[in-house]
Amino acid sequence: MRMSPIIWMSTIAIISGCTGNQSAINPKGAPAIHIAHLMSGIVAVCTLVWLLVMVMLVWALLRKRSDAGEQARERGLTTTVSAAVGATAVIIAGMTIASFYTTRDIGIPGEAALTITVRGQQWWWQVIYADPDPALTFQTANEIHIPVGRDVHVQLESTDVVHSFWVPSLAGKQDLVPGRTNSLLLRAERPGIYRGQCAEFCGLQHTHMAMMVIAEDPESFERWAVAQRGNSVNPGKPDAVAGQVAFIAKPCAACHTVRGTPAMGTTGPDLTHVGSRKTIAAGLLETTRGSLAAWIADPQTLKPGNNMPMVPLTSVELKNISAYMESLK
Amino acid sequence: MTPLDNVADLRDTDLNDVELDRRLASTWATPKGVWGALSTVDHKIIGRRYIITAFVFLALGGILSLAMRLQLAQPEARFIGPDRYNQIFTMHGTNMMFLFAVPVMEAMAVYLVPLMVGTRNIAFPRLNAFSYWMYLAGGLLLWIAFAIDTGPDVGWFADVPLSGPQYAAGKRADIWAQMITFTEVSALAVAVELVVTVFKQRAPGMSLDQIPLFVWSMLVTSFLIIMAMPAIMIASTALILDRLVGTQFFNPAEGGDVLLWQHLFWFFGHPEVYIIFLPAVGMVSTIVATFTRRPVFGYLGMVMALIATGILAFGLWVHHMFVAGLPRLGESFFTASSMAIAIPSGLQIFCWLATIWAGRPVFKTPFLFVIGFMVIFVIGGMTGVMVASVPFDTQVHDTYFVVAHFHYVLVGGAVFPLLGAIYYWFPKITGRMMNETIGRWAFGLIFTGFNLTFFPMHILGLQGMPRRIYTYQPEMPWSGLNMFVSLSAVILAAGFLLFFIDAIRSALSGPVAPANPWCASTLEWATSSPPPAYNFSRMPVVGSLEPLVDNSGALPVASGLFVDRRELVVTSVVGALPEARESSPGDSIWPLWSALATTVLLIWSIFTPWAVVWGSVPLAIALTGWFWPKGTKEDDA
Repeated sequence: MRMSPIIWMSTIAIISGCTGNQSAINPKGAPAIHIAHLMSGIVAVCTLVWLLVMVMLVWALLRKRSDAGEQARERGLTTTVSAAVGATAVIIAGMTIASFYTTRDIGIPGEAALTITVRGQQWWWQVIYADPDPALTFQTANEIHIPVGRDVHVQLESTDVVHSFWVPSLAGKQDLVPGRTNSLLLRAERPGIYRGQCAEFCGLQHTHMAMMVIAEDPESFERWAVAQRGNSVNPGKPDAVAGQVAFIAKPCAACHTVRGTPAMGTTGPDLTHVGSRKTIAAGLLETTRGSLAAWIADPQTLKPGNNMPMVPLTSVELKNISAYMESLK
Repeated sequence: MTPLDNVADLRDTDLNDVELDRRLASTWATPKGVWGALSTVDHKIIGRRYIITAFVFLALGGILSLAMRLQLAQPEARFIGPDRYNQIFTMHGTNMMFLFAVPVMEAMAVYLVPLMVGTRNIAFPRLNAFSYWMYLAGGLLLWIAFAIDTGPDVGWFADVPLSGPQYAAGKRADIWAQMITFTEVSALAVAVELVVTVFKQRAPGMSLDQIPLFVWSMLVTSFLIIMAMPAIMIASTALILDRLVGTQFFNPAEGGDVLLWQHLFWFFGHPEVYIIFLPAVGMVSTIVATFTRRPVFGYLGMVMALIATGILAFGLWVHHMFVAGLPRLGESFFTASSMAIAIPSGLQIFCWLATIWAGRPVFKTPFLFVIGFMVIFVIGGMTGVMVASVPFDTQVHDTYFVVAHFHYVLVGGAVFPLLGAIYYWFPKITGRMMNETIGRWAFGLIFTGFNLTFFPMHILGLQGMPRRIYTYQPEMPWSGLNMFVSLSAVILAAGFLLFFIDAIRSALSGPVAPANPWCASTLEWATSSPPPAYNFSRMPVVGSLEPLVDNSGALPVASGLFVDRRELVVTSVVGALPEARESSPGDSIWPLWSALATTVLLIWSIFTPWAVVWGSVPLAIALTGWFWPKGTKEDDA
């Protein structure tokens, strides 16, 4: 294809220009870096082979022809074709071996790995930081914090259909299959926010099933974990106080948990520290009081078909509940 | 009335050419009128119907893809909502795979294989008629369901549990599963017919090493269909049972297994790719031979490559499941086997290159499409090697990279050769030539439009854009390329539009074609364009791979067949030595009734399992009518 070199070059321009927080070719984690090396190697070899084939094609089509030496030509062709097939075999054998080694490099989490369970649900991510001590176990949603430079062993489960966990800047993807537990090694070499999104079609809102992986230095991570373990802080401001009352009285509490309050529903995401998260509704909106209000007022317009019903609220209740949500840092 | 009318058991040896043609025509021709059209078993009429229907589905599927490109051109567009979008991409994939790609390849074979092997009709011609009606019914079922907002929305692979009773309420997933049954039945029927035609009805003397490569490719493809389709048949039946009568094949909570579905589906799904690609290999070989004015280099190697590809095709399915969490060692095996398919594919490419190099290329439209095929398919092959690597695949699986990859393989690898094949065989099928100038324009637009549309998708995938999303947020860095892709799709669509216009216009008023306009070497060009109902006045006898080149004066023929009943020659499998005169069934309306009864049963069974009981009554009646001895000479034989 004539266009390819030009497009490849323009790609490089595009990639270097963007922040690339969800990109397989802008890797920031050890597994993704290993894969990116393998990818560039294979792409380079394949491009070269393709160019060779194209040169042969053009030559075969346009060469000057003479009538002499038909017999010798057939023999020469047999040799050439055999050699080309042999070369193909050697090249693919090389790629297969390179692929094996890369698989080995990205497979197994080290001893000191932090284990996180991610459970896929239509259409959000439940994230559980389990601890042998149940009091230290906590959960969050659609946002995963990890310490930089440490192996993270992600256990992948699904409560409904098949999803796929994919944070391309950090690692390749792995499916979440109902009835099974899969695992994935995640590791960030540099602090940053890495976006990921469900890669396996999982129904109506497959499109809006994103999550953020926030890699931070170990101290910040520890601070975050301590804060997340705690129960929700009781609101101070009057509108948030009224919002808490409304939240518990209305159907909200039937689906959502806010630890430290009577709200103990488990159908929807745990909202204990929802105000501390970067986004709501699985990466759909940035967390602000306005976006919270918009989401609570009409989730079906923003994310049609999702499992959160529209709960009839007065405008005052809506304002108060949004204030309460925002206060849950 | 001539004196010969009273002669019992009149043979072709008794007649001169004019009289022979007249009598063969009256024995073999399809009666005029609606009844004749509905009861015909002529492989050419059925093949033509099949081809036209498949191209109608291609056009419909193409319109769906344009709708998707309209939606994706800009971030957060609101032309199509998630519910409709999910139906559209499911319909696009299902339609293109089950209603276009596989049937169109079989359709070409239904038309061409009997001509290429020099016989008068396909084996089991009534089954052939039945298979077309089933295919048409399945296609109508899917599209009517879509038109009334009941189109399947679970992806063309219909992964459980998303397609199971718990998560896919309503009848949409059932429509998908039952449409599969229709296309399975029709594909299996054609596959069996082709195997028997190729094995038992070849022209006397056409030993296995003298079969045209297209026929070889269809033979291998037919075996692939026979072995792959049962897997999807089991899968879709189990899905229907889970949905209809509460079995638990795929429900992990009750001991079922989600990955069982994926294994069964892809055990069919991967060979499916080769079911589409191998016929294209045959088309390419045919076109290359004709337009380089020499036989394809390395005939034996090409045949071996076809067979090797066919066998390897069954050892690759796990590469569709590399991220499903299977054991690493097992995955590594499938990396090796997936990469290994590059060897037979490479061999084929090198043999074509050698043929072109040694031949004298004639740059007509069919050959242009073959050159386009080489350029595009090799890219698809390269990205195929990439996704065969487990680590590489974990990054690009289910992204636009894979969308780009399989369009390079399927459009580049199969549709380009198919369009070339249409330009090539159009004069044989219609008796008229397509327009060379428009053909070049169509090729140029399709080639350019295709690459501009699909190449950037590789990059989108690497940049993290997953498949099957109905929109994306403006902060993702994808909007520029998506707009570019959508605009390029317009060029591609214009190319196809031009192709369709040319085909329709040429069929109506193109220049009349001679018997062999391309100076080709295979048997289908030995008869008139279009061929008479009986294909050949006298049965050709073959002594080489290129009968029309090596016998440029006159083709030797065999004689001794009856002319007052439908008869053809049955030959031995390996050497094609004549074994018997065999009668070939005449026209019958019963295949249509049987197909209708089957259709009623299958559609009814979407709603109640009792349909299988009560629906079998009309089906039994129809089949009884089909097989009831009618006392004709064809029956007696």
